[in-house]
Amino acid sequence: MSDRRADLELIRDTVATLCARFDDDYWAHCDAEHRFPWDFYREMAAGGWIGIAIPEVYGGGGRGILEAAAVLEEVAASGACMNGASALHMSIFGMQPVILHGTDEMKQRYLPGVAAGEIHVAFGVTEPDAGTDTTRITTRAVRDGDVYRITGRKVWTSKALEADRILLLTRTTPLDQCTKPTQGMSLFLVDRHAPGVGVTPIPKLGRNAVASCETTYDDVVVPVADRVGDEGEGFRYLLDGLNAERVLIAAEALGIGRAALRRAVHYANERVVFGRPIGQNQGIAFPLAEAHARLRAAALMVREAAERIDAGLPCGEEANLAKYLAAEAGFFAADRAVQTHGGFGYATEYHVERYFRESRLPRLAPISQELVLSYVAEHVLRLPRSY
Amino acid sequence: MNVIVCVKQIPDPATPGALDPGTKTLKRDGKLILDESDSYGVEMALQLVDAAGGGEVSIVSMAPNGEVSGMRTALAMGAAKGVLVSDPALQGSDALTTAKVLAAAVGKLGGADLVIAATESSDGYTGTVPEQMAEVLGLPSVTFAKKVVVDGGSLKVDRQTEDGYDEVTCPLPALISVTAGVVEPRYPSFKGIMAAKSKPIDTVTAGDLGVSPTGWAGAGQEIVDVAQAEARAAGEIIEDDGEGYTKIVAFLENLKVI
Repeated sequence: MSDRRADLELIRDTVATLCARFDDDYWAHCDAEHRFPWDFYREMAAGGWIGIAIPEVYGGGGRGILEAAAVLEEVAASGACMNGASALHMSIFGMQPVILHGTDEMKQRYLPGVAAGEIHVAFGVTEPDAGTDTTRITTRAVRDGDVYRITGRKVWTSKALEADRILLLTRTTPLDQCTKPTQGMSLFLVDRHAPGVGVTPIPKLGRNAVASCETTYDDVVVPVADRVGDEGEGFRYLLDGLNAERVLIAAEALGIGRAALRRAVHYANERVVFGRPIGQNQGIAFPLAEAHARLRAAALMVREAAERIDAGLPCGEEANLAKYLAAEAGFFAADRAVQTHGGFGYATEYHVERYFRESRLPRLAPISQELVLSYVAEHVLRLPRSY
Repeated sequence: MNVIVCVKQIPDPATPGALDPGTKTLKRDGKLILDESDSYGVEMALQLVDAAGGGEVSIVSMAPNGEVSGMRTALAMGAAKGVLVSDPALQGSDALTTAKVLAAAVGKLGGADLVIAATESSDGYTGTVPEQMAEVLGLPSVTFAKKVVVDGGSLKVDRQTEDGYDEVTCPLPALISVTAGVVEPRYPSFKGIMAAKSKPIDTVTAGDLGVSPTGWAGAGQEIVDVAQAEARAAGEIIEDDGEGYTKIVAFLENLKVI
């Protein structure tokens, strides 16, 4: 076994052991009470898991997306699902634009705190009137001497309630003044507590321990020193992290699927109807075997995509397919877990309804399955551009 | 202060165990992990060394197949180095042989101010190795420690009893067995598990340590039969008709617990 594979096993075992302390009831309570899982978060921070992909020189673990994906998959697979994974997700990978493009002073100021779990970060990209067409964002940053003044609105800013900083994509040049729509956007690390920043949670289907929020920016003053990289290059910087995010979400979806399948198999072995365990019925057993097959296959694609990212190889196809296949596999497993439980699957007591709600998320985020297929059709199969 | 902790690597209790029908002992051919009951001793040792302001924690273990993954966990928690006694000839060793081998491993490390073991392993449960080791090493032994404080050249131990605890003082060096719950074991950190990979584990045979005979040949015991544990008898179900509590009180009085 290669050193890296051996390390991955160690990482998985250790994270799984740590997560076992936070059982399904813990997550069910966090979800029901819309409570951020602070105990869990602090434990993960103390173990150095949050900083695993941040360079060692800034206090992190210096590892890649393969290791970060393993951590997040094991977190989700413990039954924490997206409630656990999303608590860490942004801190684990979201600082990539800062790592790659920030000044050394900026890295020194933020990365050690993020790696230690002391500085919480959220990500503000999506806007109500732009959606996936990111170049249409209208949140505006205007230079005013040594500061920028930012005005606009974002939606789906996850963890904004806990965040100290929001990595915010803005327009510094209006779209009609740019030669290409991807130009004229800039990234800032905005102080979440600065005057003019408003945060409102969006009521939603699941993953209720981590709020997703509408965030508003009303003439928010941001120092130039908190601009990430060069003005106008924000979209390009953002792209650097998009494939990594897809792979991490894919790993989280796999984790949900594993948690769901584990409970389904346990129940199918325990539940006796008509004098035999229901798992003896092929109508129950086959879908669970199929769920296992789908998860294993998707896991291979997740691993390939992660390895390509870490090796600096092109990975658009692999990262998109990983996210598509894992999201479908996770959802299928969660759906079959509910079905295996029959009516009890609908009760919160058995937890599979929570897994099911959360397994819906990777099919929507960070982009919808349909947009993945659109990418594959155009960029892999060379079919005509759809839009 | 230098502390040596005895750690056992056992089959993962989360996976179903199996007995070897030939030897009537637990199969140990799969992956082995650090016995959870030993994680308390490792944590206790780390805290004592930390409180002393210097020194290091070492670990000793014995396994027939060269397995080190459980030892790596202890090293990831913060132990500095280890000695593994691995030898096919150890297969079938009884508790006394185990004690002799581990005592020799402690000697190979040059001894310590304190040797710590769990009260018993989670897979074998003989619960006699620590005291036998103390005898072999010629050290005072305190068992069932639930609280341990080093005070100069002596050790103050709260020793768990059926009724409460005894306050025991003994001189150092000494050997103690600690109960689960003496301290809360830390989880290995990411940096800890990576650092553990390069920490030294000295693998030696029983022969290297001059311990013989070992294994079945040296065992003063023989496993003649293994039988299924008797199933627990079904409990008595009391239907509560409003007076159910009187039956429960009578039941508890009969047991002389109230």
